[in-house]
Amino acid sequence: MAADIEQALLQQLADSADGSIPDSGDFATAVSQDHLKVVGVIKSLEAAEMITVEDISHSRFVLTSEAQAYLSAGSPEVKLFNAVPADGITLAQLKSQLPGDVSDVGFKQAMQQRWVALDKAAGEPRVVRKVDSVTDGAQAQLAAVAAGNELPKAEADALKKRKLIKLDTWKTYRVAKGAKFATQRKRQATELTSEMIASGSWRSKEFKPFNFNSMGLPPSGGHLHPLMKVRSQYRKIFVAMGFQEMPTNNYVESSFWNFDSLFQPQQHPARDAHDTFFLTSPAASDTFPEDYLARVKAVHEHGGHGSAGYGYCWKRSEAQKNLLRTHTTAVSSRMLYKLAQEGFKPAKYFSIDRVFRNEAVDRTHLAEFHQVEGLVCDRGLTLGHLIATLQEFFSRLGMKELRFKPAFNPYTEPSMEIFGYSSELGKWMEVGNSGMFRPEMLQPMGLPPDVNVIAWGLSLERPTMILYGIDNIRDLFGHKVSLSMVKSNPICRMGL
Amino acid sequence: MPIIGVNRDRLFEALGRRYTDEEFDQLCFEYGIELDDVTSEREMIRKELSKDDASALSEASEDVIYKIDIPANRYDMLCLEGIARALNIFKGRLEAPQYRLADMKGKPLLQLVVKPETALIRPYVVAAVLRGVTFDATRYTSFIDLQDKLHQNLCRQRSLVAIGTHDLAKCRGPFSYEALPPADISFVPLKQTQKFRADELMEHYLANDQKLKKFVPLIKDSLVYPAIYDADRTLLSLPPIINGAATAISLETRDVFIECTATDLTKAKVVLNTVCAMFAEYCAQPYVVEPVEVIDSFGESHVYPDLAPRQIDVPLEYINSRLGLQLEPSTVAKLLRSMQLQVELSSAAAAAADGSSSSGPSLLVSVPPTRSDILHACDVMEDVAIAYGYNNLSNQIPTTVTQGRELPLNQLTELLRQEVALAGYTEILTWALCSRAENFDAMRCPESAPGSGAVAIGNPQTAEFEVCRTTLLPSALKTIAANKREPLPLRLFELSDVVLLDAERDVGARNERRLVAVHCGKASEFEVIHGLLDRVMQVLNVPREGSNPELEAKLGGGYSWAPSEHASFFPGRQATISACGQQVGTIGIVHPEVLAAFDIEHPVSALELNIQPFVFDTALKSLMHELHGWNLVH
Repeated sequence: MAADIEQALLQQLADSADGSIPDSGDFATAVSQDHLKVVGVIKSLEAAEMITVEDISHSRFVLTSEAQAYLSAGSPEVKLFNAVPADGITLAQLKSQLPGDVSDVGFKQAMQQRWVALDKAAGEPRVVRKVDSVTDGAQAQLAAVAAGNELPKAEADALKKRKLIKLDTWKTYRVAKGAKFATQRKRQATELTSEMIASGSWRSKEFKPFNFNSMGLPPSGGHLHPLMKVRSQYRKIFVAMGFQEMPTNNYVESSFWNFDSLFQPQQHPARDAHDTFFLTSPAASDTFPEDYLARVKAVHEHGGHGSAGYGYCWKRSEAQKNLLRTHTTAVSSRMLYKLAQEGFKPAKYFSIDRVFRNEAVDRTHLAEFHQVEGLVCDRGLTLGHLIATLQEFFSRLGMKELRFKPAFNPYTEPSMEIFGYSSELGKWMEVGNSGMFRPEMLQPMGLPPDVNVIAWGLSLERPTMILYGIDNIRDLFGHKVSLSMVKSNPICRMGL
Repeated sequence: MPIIGVNRDRLFEALGRRYTDEEFDQLCFEYGIELDDVTSEREMIRKELSKDDASALSEASEDVIYKIDIPANRYDMLCLEGIARALNIFKGRLEAPQYRLADMKGKPLLQLVVKPETALIRPYVVAAVLRGVTFDATRYTSFIDLQDKLHQNLCRQRSLVAIGTHDLAKCRGPFSYEALPPADISFVPLKQTQKFRADELMEHYLANDQKLKKFVPLIKDSLVYPAIYDADRTLLSLPPIINGAATAISLETRDVFIECTATDLTKAKVVLNTVCAMFAEYCAQPYVVEPVEVIDSFGESHVYPDLAPRQIDVPLEYINSRLGLQLEPSTVAKLLRSMQLQVELSSAAAAAADGSSSSGPSLLVSVPPTRSDILHACDVMEDVAIAYGYNNLSNQIPTTVTQGRELPLNQLTELLRQEVALAGYTEILTWALCSRAENFDAMRCPESAPGSGAVAIGNPQTAEFEVCRTTLLPSALKTIAANKREPLPLRLFELSDVVLLDAERDVGARNERRLVAVHCGKASEFEVIHGLLDRVMQVLNVPREGSNPELEAKLGGGYSWAPSEHASFFPGRQATISACGQQVGTIGIVHPEVLAAFDIEHPVSALELNIQPFVFDTALKSLMHELHGWNLVH
């Protein structure tokens, strides 16, 4: 089809005296083809520089769908006039005789034309004739437009105002021979094929130029999730620094390991139902290392190990309550207890896993997120050791400048908030929390008194959001995340 | 962490100098508090009002207000007085005040007698008197605000402690703390003009008072309500709800009677000490508090408040060794003074904080009643570090030598993620929490079915978080439904944990690491997902059953599949996968009714595989056993 049109068009250009086709519309009619298809051929030939093209604008009035109805059935004003008897009629009666749109439009027009009038002399207004007969001028004008005739401007404007006619515009083209005109288009090769190499035809082929603005075909392979890419880099950094991964694959935890073993008092706000997911099934734990539990109870109630304790009545039932762990430090606690039981040796542990908070979900909060945690357990560790370890860790993440702010955390003392300077954002940002575990946490476990633990934690989501320019956490984690985002994000260079 | 709003100019007046916002922010940073926001009363009202309330706006002050974030253990900094005092002492502008009890010179103490019935509802009470207080509008507001902040934080919404303050000119001792049937208590409460009976008052507050109604449940259903009366049976307070109007304090009040009723005596003492220490500054004799004698229900006498400093013996070596410093005792003493702690040097050998003996010099540290956060020598050590400056400490990487090691299960997870992505699947990451409907009904698996059931959350804020998922497939289906505009076919995977009930574990549940993969196209194309199963087994080096007898014997069996009747999958188009001698997963075409429940228009074939049997790691099993199977050990 398109090939036929192309052939006919090129032939006509070749044959014409001045090498042009004055109007593509006439050409389409002449070859009995839809003008749109002709336009497609023209554009393609123009792109190949075989022809040149000039626009020709056209316009004419056409009937609207409302006017189509009047053309066959007559205008509403005439219908209305004819419905008014010689002695008049009430408006209500008149309206009941005619369809609503006919009576409304017809009445308005007939009044304007002064064919009818409203007689209010005798109570209820009556519509009365003011002329004896009328001719349907509107219908005649519409017929003229339909036949393609021009109307006087005043009449055309009146019909336009009544939305009975509208201006229809379209384009045709004047076509002339272009720089690369030929009666046959020379096919440009797009691919170098095995056949061309075998036959040597590549030597004479014309190759279509590359379009350097187009995108290539996306590869068919799969993709990794950005948050998991960042997690992989963190894992490598920890392992490179000699840290051993903790088994954090247990989301369900008892209050004992999540709070009590960390010297977090039982009335602490974090243990409120509006911060923590408590479970109805399995609702409670009842197996604990009982001797250790007794030491934890003692240190909460009245201290020991040099501590004053919190001075309250510690309840086993509170410790038994099961929950979704609020931090991976619950696992650190289990690991340190185990270390103490086995006989202390220096240890460095890390984990990156999910934790849960009963918080309202918004742009920066989810009910679950990933906590990154690292800790070093050894004799004679100092706050300076912690700071140096953090500087090493964060410099591997690309954050070379850190500063530290005093903070409060129930199970660390001293506690430090970590601030990092982001050169991209040009500002200091809180990037994590850190501290030395309290003696009230470590001593009941049975760790030697001179053993200290330095530890730090941060969320995995926040640095990832900064790294990938995501400002809503729900665009990063959860089922509503856009797959195109997953497919298009770059590798994580952290630790490079 | 509590956020306290203080008038900036009043604060600077108290600090004796003006700061720029940046300078003040820096000071906060050093001390460990945080300048959270700079605003004004007018600005706050403007933010709160959605519609223009011109009258409230025009009356509001334009004075700058600093919103300061205070650490949750520094109750002594919950008001302007406390913040200014702490910072002044920190900057060396002020010596830490010596809080002390008034010398009564033989005059009898005011008495507060506790009746035994109070044990039924709110057993403890402590009290004190501030004499000759000079209030002005700012001080008065600060006094009320401090009580509010304490109620919100340390007092746990008045459940642990409730504070009442009274004009001593309007009542007289001895006072009595009683617990009476609600119908027997009748008084004019604060901010009211008519008398209420206590039980009717509770109903009134429930119906009409947004602020007080949340405290009503603390006593409402009790047979007796706590009440404090004076010698003339004037009701002072109905704790923890409201005070009586008769003894209300005002700007003119000079002598203030403070009572704290409680369910936790330790906290009651801390609260009383905090209120006294903060506002004794405005007494005729600054920092001097008149004690009150509380006769408990056993007839024993206790005098409150206890303002005596607590003594902690801290070996210098303890501080230096934990901070990595070599500070002289006098330097440490000076640093601690700036944190409100007084120090006496004692060269005698003292028991170290950790119980071991040490022969170095030791510091006898006096902890004022305002610093209830100091429980242990480590808290003193932290104060030295703050005063020295965290950012001035010398840093050194610990010499601790250990071996880096990944958890085998996680290492396998990392390796498999790469392989599945290489096979053309895109990784998704979905929540472990979901609704019951998604986990069970939508999957055509009733929760009540035998062997079914999930870890259930008792207090979810939304239905989205009712249970921990027991299968990964629903989340993968939700992801498909949420990505309708993506071109087909969609191939997705996730390697995450499900949580299963398990009575063998100490907590009654365990995680299981699974791989889920889905293929969604115009046709089910089961062979695509089947191909992934074969590929996964290939990279795990698990042979198809019957193809490598030697290896199969080592693994306890190759992989195979057998027809299954899982309700989530299309009948006759599904199978159970076995490997290493156990069932490890399911593969099949997802049932059209399941697709409909997730609003998916195209067929989906899916694979869900437990990958834990493929870790081949006995070390992990024994570690998990040790950490979580105490019942088995003992």
